[in-house]
Amino acid sequence: MISIDFFYLLVGLLFAATAVMNLRDRSNPRRVSSALFWGLYALVYLGGERLPPLAAGLLMIAMALLAGVHLVRPGQAQALPEEARRASAARLGHKLLVPALAIPVVTMIGSTLLKDVTIDLRPLLDPKNLTLVSMGCGAIAALALACFITRATPLQGVREARRLIDAMGWAVVLPHMLAVLGLLFAEAGVGKAVAHVVTGYIPMDSRLVACAAFCIGMALFTVVMGNGFAAFPVIAGGIGIPVLVGMYHANPAVMAAIGMFSAYCGTLMTPMAANFNVVPAALLELPDKNAVIKAQLPTALPLLGANIVLLYLLMYQ
Amino acid sequence: METAVNLWPLLGIAVVVAGFLLRAHPVLVVVAACAVTGLAAAFPVTHILESLGGAFIKTRNLPLILLLPLAAIGLLERAGLKEHAQASIAKIRSATTGRLLTVYLFVRELAAAFGLTSLGGHPNMVRPLIAPMAEAAAEARAGAIPQALRYRIRAMSAATDNVGLFFGEDVFVAFGAIVLMQTILRAEGLEVDPLHMALWGIPTAVSAFVIHAWNLRRLDRRILREAVRGNGAGE
Repeated sequence: MISIDFFYLLVGLLFAATAVMNLRDRSNPRRVSSALFWGLYALVYLGGERLPPLAAGLLMIAMALLAGVHLVRPGQAQALPEEARRASAARLGHKLLVPALAIPVVTMIGSTLLKDVTIDLRPLLDPKNLTLVSMGCGAIAALALACFITRATPLQGVREARRLIDAMGWAVVLPHMLAVLGLLFAEAGVGKAVAHVVTGYIPMDSRLVACAAFCIGMALFTVVMGNGFAAFPVIAGGIGIPVLVGMYHANPAVMAAIGMFSAYCGTLMTPMAANFNVVPAALLELPDKNAVIKAQLPTALPLLGANIVLLYLLMYQ
Repeated sequence: METAVNLWPLLGIAVVVAGFLLRAHPVLVVVAACAVTGLAAAFPVTHILESLGGAFIKTRNLPLILLLPLAAIGLLERAGLKEHAQASIAKIRSATTGRLLTVYLFVRELAAAFGLTSLGGHPNMVRPLIAPMAEAAAEARAGAIPQALRYRIRAMSAATDNVGLFFGEDVFVAFGAIVLMQTILRAEGLEVDPLHMALWGIPTAVSAFVIHAWNLRRLDRRILREAVRGNGAGE
């Protein structure tokens, strides 16, 4: 069986390689602390459940502090000059799209056609993490194809991956840490507190009001948190699961899908989602840093209304 | 309600809001919010650390989707994938800003729905290619356009990239949001097929396309009004 542990191991080795390459990179002004940051993250993947939770918690705090005081820096990027890339693009043409397309194609094949394939009565692909494992196989196939088409070695692939990880820096771990915050919120009862405040003021005995409260709650909480991933556990735990699924017997898949999209309406409206809304305004040299949000409001607000209607109509499907 | 609900953990949300308003480092804000939330819930410090650590290990499947394709994508980038994609999209010639951005919205949303989220983005597509093309299309129609309209066109170019990405990627089964939803629902005892969640995202994805395309048509009409006014002034 191809299990998710295999891909945890690969990612752990990739982070370990990132750490070693940074440590040896004299062009990186913070090479030791950067290497430490990626080395600690490698430990999370290589150690996994064998790490004691207390140690993993301390490790996460150490990583956050290293990133927070700007000790994680990229090395000098050794990308090819643009003329070389253009020449290569002209030479290889549409062939370049083949490995890129291999990832979604293999993922789709794995999560549909190979779903029930077994070898010696054991499933070929880890059924609990089917899509992730399928995608991992797709990524390996893509790397093999890319090496074949561009005549590069897999080691060059690791170097390129390190370049991209370096460029993203601490942003790689931000969604991961936000997910941790979301789980801690759930454990500390933030969802219950939000639900208590919401249900204290809104009568949930009307199905339409419950749908509206769920969608608007998702959007509002995302505006506050800047990330739908943080809002989803709270509002799904506070309204979606107890009220929509528990009281009204809604289909959880419909509740989850439309709930997440309502959260995305919130993402379009908040400066907290800096990567999407504030950075592009700076990039496009707009004097008003909220110009992108203002351009998105006429799409986000009607779409939120559409979500409420869709959830109301489709929840029993 | 009869049972007492502890409202103190809501302080964690306050920390997040304050942190971002003060423009503190996002990673530090998240960790500070974790500490405040745990303390407000009256957890002992070791319990907070263990919760964080356990959650950190348990959610380590989330970054896989970002990380696994990097080696292949990095190699392709080195071989000129972006240059090739840019040249291909530049061949789609269209007379108006709105139509150009609608085509981009369509391509971006569809590509994201197939998991190709890296075929776009603000630094590598919008700034060098989409926004200049959108501005050029408006100038071809209305002549010199006022600065405010130029900024609006640029902002709409960025907005189009966001809308296409957000409402396309959630239809792709291996996207992080679907994995996250599955993980959260599983923790609550609900087993949901990721394919179903992707499927029920499609009505919203279509609505997003229709609503945003309509807004792009409104942008076209504004450019047209500007063109009429410009011609009138010129005569």
